[in-house]
Amino acid sequence: MPEPVIRIKNLRKSFGDNEVLRGINLEIEAGETLVVIGPSGSGKSTLLRCTNYLEVPTSGSVEVDGVPFALPNVSRRVQERHLNKMRAQVGMVFQRFNLFPHKTALANVMEGLLAVRQMGRAEAENRATEMLERVGLSDKLNAYPAQLSGGQQQRVAITRALVMEPKVMLFDEATSALDPELIEEVLMVMRQLANEGMTMIVVTHEMDFARDVAREVMFMDDGVIVEKAPPEEMFSSPKHERTRSFLRKILRSS
Amino acid sequence: MSGFDFDLIVEYLPDFWRGAKATIFYSLTSLALAVAIGMFMALCRISHVALLRWLARGYIDAIRGTPALIQIFFVYFGMPAFGVNLSAPTAAVVALGINSGGYLAEIFRAGIMGVDRGQTEAGRSLGMSYGQTMWRITLPQAALLVVPPAAGEFTNLVKGTSLLSTISVAELTRVAQQIVGVTFRPIEAYVAIGVVYYCLNAVIAQGAVWLERSLRRSQGLE
Ligand SMILES: Nc1ncnc2c1ncn2[C@@H]1O[C@H](COP(=O)(O)OP(=O)(O)O)[C@@H](O)[C@H]1O
Ligand SMILES: [Mg+2]
Repeated sequence: MPEPVIRIKNLRKSFGDNEVLRGINLEIEAGETLVVIGPSGSGKSTLLRCTNYLEVPTSGSVEVDGVPFALPNVSRRVQERHLNKMRAQVGMVFQRFNLFPHKTALANVMEGLLAVRQMGRAEAENRATEMLERVGLSDKLNAYPAQLSGGQQQRVAITRALVMEPKVMLFDEATSALDPELIEEVLMVMRQLANEGMTMIVVTHEMDFARDVAREVMFMDDGVIVEKAPPEEMFSSPKHERTRSFLRKILRSS
Repeated sequence: MSGFDFDLIVEYLPDFWRGAKATIFYSLTSLALAVAIGMFMALCRISHVALLRWLARGYIDAIRGTPALIQIFFVYFGMPAFGVNLSAPTAAVVALGINSGGYLAEIFRAGIMGVDRGQTEAGRSLGMSYGQTMWRITLPQAALLVVPPAAGEFTNLVKGTSLLSTISVAELTRVAQQIVGVTFRPIEAYVAIGVVYYCLNAVIAQGAVWLERSLRRSQGLE
């Protein structure tokens, strides 16, 4: 058995009295795309945010390539450095893009290379330009986020994460904030990524994407994994009533 | 001895000029100190270290809860009791810097808090440290939110320099008092320096508009 890229063990997360994740166990292998579905408030975003330690879990562990985020018995300083190093290996794409509005598309993509990788300016610019060309934005290098459509912004945001050469990419409803006609251009980039063998965890309501791309689909409700299965199985014969009723609702609305 | 004697103002023009230069000097040096203190205190105020938060909170409350004049007296007349003897000009800059720093701290804090949380998260998710995210992502965006209220505080600082006359610093107000002492004509001197203060603050207001616009432009917002 190869080491999984992501291993999550007994992950729990509470906000005050509200336990949002209630014991998640999950392994993702290299090149696998896992699609996560579930009703609003079921803990999907929190799961992704714990996966790169933007939220610190209440208990349990998260490992990337066998290395845990939380180190035992180290100073705060060492732990912080370690977190930064770990996060650089996990790319994250947000629902609201979260591009840096004061920087051009090119500068957004260069930012991680300059600040984290400490790459030289010229080299970073070449890398960033090349990557933006691959997502069809060669004519938008010097545009600011405010001058781009939502679909273009999200493609820049994906590129910003990708240029760091992460071991895994996390997508939190990456197309939910987009006008319908802009969704496909973003999904296309994600499809291509999956085909190239990127390891991905994708929270989405796009069932066609799940069907085409996912190795497995995972249904979450109320902070637990209700079931996890290959897409054809999940969509044709879900085991739990909760899954069935969720799928009915979502398939009817799309 | 009646009416408004313009010639008097012209006669003392070199003195007014000297006073104006001093006022500008004290305003700018205090501002520099205030910006440094304000930045530091704002960062302490939002630190995850409770002691720093608590310290900054105490400082800001103390500054904003007491008159500037008392703070000036404390630095100039009070500090020698602790073995710190400052010349009047030094005490002036220190006192005004400390005072204005307390107000700027709150302005800076509000600016930092005003930047969308998603920005920090995007920075951290790339692997940037807290400091890098603050410096490269949050502060440039906060700067834009901070310029108008900070300019207002700078205006207060310029007006506040007139309090320095009480510790015999030869700024505009002090110069005017001296001229009145010789001429016994308060109207001309005080109107003259009133106009100077007003003009200085008009320059600040215009400068703020210009600064905000050029920041916006450099951030692709115009
Ligand atoms: N920072 C937070 N503070 C408090 N409660 C939170 C926070 N983030 C999420 N929650 C709560 O956790 C639950 C799950 O949220 P989330 O993970 O965003 O669900 P989903 O992404 O599946 O819609 C919700 O009840 C939400 O209110
Ligand atoms: Mg969510």
